[in-house]
Amino acid sequence: MLEIKNLHASIDNTKILNGLDLSVNAGEVHAIMGPNGSGKSTLASVIAGREDYDVTDGEINFQGNELSDIGPDERAREGIFLAFQYPVEIPGVSTTNFMKTAVNQIRESKGEKPLDAVEFLKLMKEKMKLVNIKQELLSRSINEGFSGGEKKRNEIFQMAMLNPKLSILDETDSGLDIDALKIVSKGVNALKSKENATVVVTHYQRLLEYIVPDFVHVLMDGKIVKSGDKNLALELEEKGYDWIKVKN
Amino acid sequence: MSKDDKILKEFTSKEYEHGWSVDFDVDQAPKGLNEDIVKLISKKKNEPKWLLDWRLEAFSNFKKIKEPNWSNLKIPKIDYQDISYYSAPKKKKMLKSMDEVDPELIKTFEKLGISLQEQKRLSGVAVDAVIDSVSIGTTFKDKLSELGIIFCSFSEAVNEHPDLIRKHLGKVVPTKDNYFACLNSAVFSDGSFCYIPKGVRCPMELSTYFRINASNTGQFERTLIVADEGSYVSYLEGCTAPMRDENQLHAAVVEIHAEKDAEVKYSTVQNWYPGDKNGKGGIYNFVTKRGICNGNNSKISWTQVETGSAITWKYPSCILKGDNSVGEFYSVAVTNNYQQADTGTKMIHIGKNTRSKIISKGISAGHSHNSYRGHVKVMRRANNSRNFSQCDSLLLGNKCGAHTFPYIDIENKSSMVEHEATTSKIGEDQIFYCLQRGIDEENAIALIVNGYAKEVLKQLPMEFSVEAQKLLSLTLEGSVG
Repeated sequence: MLEIKNLHASIDNTKILNGLDLSVNAGEVHAIMGPNGSGKSTLASVIAGREDYDVTDGEINFQGNELSDIGPDERAREGIFLAFQYPVEIPGVSTTNFMKTAVNQIRESKGEKPLDAVEFLKLMKEKMKLVNIKQELLSRSINEGFSGGEKKRNEIFQMAMLNPKLSILDETDSGLDIDALKIVSKGVNALKSKENATVVVTHYQRLLEYIVPDFVHVLMDGKIVKSGDKNLALELEEKGYDWIKVKN
Repeated sequence: MSKDDKILKEFTSKEYEHGWSVDFDVDQAPKGLNEDIVKLISKKKNEPKWLLDWRLEAFSNFKKIKEPNWSNLKIPKIDYQDISYYSAPKKKKMLKSMDEVDPELIKTFEKLGISLQEQKRLSGVAVDAVIDSVSIGTTFKDKLSELGIIFCSFSEAVNEHPDLIRKHLGKVVPTKDNYFACLNSAVFSDGSFCYIPKGVRCPMELSTYFRINASNTGQFERTLIVADEGSYVSYLEGCTAPMRDENQLHAAVVEIHAEKDAEVKYSTVQNWYPGDKNGKGGIYNFVTKRGICNGNNSKISWTQVETGSAITWKYPSCILKGDNSVGEFYSVAVTNNYQQADTGTKMIHIGKNTRSKIISKGISAGHSHNSYRGHVKVMRRANNSRNFSQCDSLLLGNKCGAHTFPYIDIENKSSMVEHEATTSKIGEDQIFYCLQRGIDEENAIALIVNGYAKEVLKQLPMEFSVEAQKLLSLTLEGSVG
């Protein structure tokens, strides 16, 4: 589904990714772990197509298409979803309105009829249950005055609404207490299927107790230095990132 | 015949000698502005003498006042002698089918979601008899007259309700008001008059759109609204469809009277031609709008969505004379390309416990300049008065400007005035967030801008609000990137 080869990317002439390779197939859950500043969030942003980053070399293929000439909105419509580490506020725009605009624009791009108010509400009600989110929250300006937990739940709610093929969760566990973490993970697990894939970007092993990965990759200095199964995450937790540095 | 009348007669007959204004069938007066022209207009409209005198007084004041130069606008020199001040209401040339309409215009109509029948009406294509607006207008008028509501053209009102006009005309915007208002008073061609009798709640939104013969009210429009004790009316001006007009200078005046316990809500959507991308052409819109809350507990609320015109100079104001009276001003002003807007309000607190609220949202894009100018004045006897002002500016791109000029004058110690102002840019983070959800850039900006202006847009009547939202997006089309 996702094939990244020798990816080099920089921001403001600072090199962040240095020849990264990653391969993700449908039905898989991948965890990307690494210390601060290793390039985890950059990887998430570059896959989503954020224009602040320059891709200087290498390629990203998504479902057989090379992404370099495709804008972020089109990537989203093709099925790439990014759950943001710091979701922004848009004053005066409710989550409901935001999602209605997104869902219908995606449908339109596929030649499908837009959902009317009744159909949309039905879809929303169904997805709200997944992350235990209240309608009152969705009627408020998106992310404005939301608690950390509400923001992350709102991200997963949006993921449920858009039903993406590839979901990238950027530090979704940061700022969450254990109850919120459970709710968010439950939502993510419920959305898992044979047709879609999930990439979890995280600092800590904690989240991976709830969202169990098939593969764990360690990102350091802009490339993947070690890959393994879920036990790698446990080993990292125990020994710290220095363990890998020393081994290298 | 009094002495004045004699002089007047001499003057008016003199016109005949010159020959140019003899023919009553002439559609258009020659270019130029002088007393004879003012007389000609009055005569063409069969006006009573008091109204002619009133016009002449305004004209003599106009000659004494200088063009205002305090605004934050660059106004090209206007040659007032190069304008024709009277033209008879002309029948628009009828087109046979939509095929003859400018395709650009049709595209805009479609984006605004205007129905095909409506598109035909607006672009001057002959419309089926069934939905002919005249018939709608007639039913509408019958219903209003049952309630004693008067809603007609200004000229009609001068003839049919002279006492009401004489009692109220010029009482809020007098003949010696500002330059453009004086000009309007001297040469106004037509406009609307609306009277709501005591205790009557007008059951529908009054819109000039439904008024028969409303088209071609021209560049010097005069509107007078009188809400008698305990009455209520919501009045809509303008139209979200693009307004084409060859007249470059527009100087309208609107006066509102709200008596005891009366409420007037006045909503405007202004979409005159803004000029092209390089700032060529476009309407100069110099409007004076003012209302007086004459009686206790009365309320006047102005809501405006300003997206058109090359230059906008406009300050809808409230004189809060009655005790406990309320004035409100909600505004969204959008400028793009080389458009300039200097707009805001005046709230004059005279009565006790008077309250005013100002919510102004400016949006600037391209090379445009957008200024908020507001004056809050609390007079000595206006005990316990309150004002709250919020002026926000949103910038798109880095070549445009946003300016805020608040003037606050307080002569009463028990009163309180609050002013908040913010300036922000549409964040790249916000746009990326939208893009990442599959929303394209144009829709993303529309979404963000409409969210920003929501507080004002929700003041508009429902259907108007939906159209205004689309209009905002349309005005800003292509402004980022």
